[in-house]
Amino acid sequence: MTVLGSPVCDARELAAQVTDPEMPMLTLADLGVLREVKVEGDRVRVVITPTYSGCPALATMRDDLVRVLTTAGYAAVDVVVALAPAWSSDWITERGRAALQAHGLSAPGPAPRRTGPVVLDLGPTRRDVACPRCGSGEVVLASEFGPTACTALYRCRACAEPFQHVKEI
Amino acid sequence: MSGSVTGDDAHWAFGTSFVDPLAGVDTTLPDGVDGGELAAYCLMLGDDALVASHRLAEWCSNAPDLEEDVALANIALDLLGQARLLLARAAAADPGAVPPLPAGSPVPGEDALAFFRDADDYRCVRLVEPENGDFGETVARLLCFATWRLALLARLVDSRDPVLAAIAAKGVKEVAYHRDHAARWVVTLARGTAESRRRVRAGLRAVWPHRAELARTHPVEARLARAGVAVDPADVVAEVDGVLAQVLRAADLDDLGPCAAGPVLDGPGGRDGRHTPDLAALLAEMQVVARAHPAGRW
Repeated sequence: MTVLGSPVCDARELAAQVTDPEMPMLTLADLGVLREVKVEGDRVRVVITPTYSGCPALATMRDDLVRVLTTAGYAAVDVVVALAPAWSSDWITERGRAALQAHGLSAPGPAPRRTGPVVLDLGPTRRDVACPRCGSGEVVLASEFGPTACTALYRCRACAEPFQHVKEI
Repeated sequence: MSGSVTGDDAHWAFGTSFVDPLAGVDTTLPDGVDGGELAAYCLMLGDDALVASHRLAEWCSNAPDLEEDVALANIALDLLGQARLLLARAAAADPGAVPPLPAGSPVPGEDALAFFRDADDYRCVRLVEPENGDFGETVARLLCFATWRLALLARLVDSRDPVLAAIAAKGVKEVAYHRDHAARWVVTLARGTAESRRRVRAGLRAVWPHRAELARTHPVEARLARAGVAVDPADVVAEVDGVLAQVLRAADLDDLGPCAAGPVLDGPGGRDGRHTPDLAALLAEMQVVARAHPAGRW
């Protein structure tokens, strides 16, 4: 199969459109886990980074990238992992934040900037969170840990709906 | 290491084939660092995370409420991810540390280290081994463990081994959530009912004697710390005590600490492969299926 157009552009575009298996409203590019796409002839090397150390979605991302790019005609697809710099929720793009909101998830605020010892926080995590469904700021944290590694659980006092908030890291 | 993870077409929810968590990561040893020593150090931190993760996962469906089921499972998952990276780093640094398996076995190094080592070969601290006890004891243990691990990881980000530094930089973000979660529960239980206060207090007293081991420096840690690769646990004692004192003050449990670290541990400890009987029981359950099928593909 011949790869049409500019192969570099194609590969990058194709890889960027692969979606996150747990939050399929986000592409890997919007989530900020797609770090590099490099084409040499009919070979592609894709660099991704895990959101959390134990993120179980990484294997599926790998499989999806390989499938999409081999289907497009690339002879060999290498998906490799970059651990540094560590993923930050700040890397979620504006388009990604809008997509989260549109699907009932609240987007993360700015990630904490840390150097040296991490200060103990005994109070509820202070966040500027609004209900993604009704927009009310009257929300209450139900759990700092949600159904996926990267989310916390909130409940809206106004419309009574629970929702996920993508955590700041 | 080829560094390649070209996958198969299996398309289960999370994939069914193994993925090398260090695929493509440059695992060359830093100058002057012995692979065997680096592997031994990675096993210490990796085994801590693996065993703590297994115990926390035992809470899934048994926690006081659904949110806590999810929380403890999430923390277990973060620690399991850290364990995978550290065990894979150990296998890359010293292939000789990986238990031999039958020819043709598809089991990668990290899994061989997790499932085919006996308790004597584990290098975790004893703090993470005991059965969970009640929820009060679990949050007490998690507070102690996460406070100490966070202090270690926060320094390990400057390790001369770039792989360890990267694992630590990810881990700091995760364990900061774990520590604060446990600390809030300790305060909540201590300031709750007489019964919750009694239980968290008993939990803290049960885990307290293990604090002495956390402050001990193993010769491997000392040598690698001098080489700029590891963190000497003795260097984090003051910070850990300070954080624990803050939590105890907020919980109105000052009489338990901060420096009442319990008896000094004499003789070999978990870092030397001397463990509580609970570890062998935990491993028997964790390893039984993998050991029954050493050539199995999952």
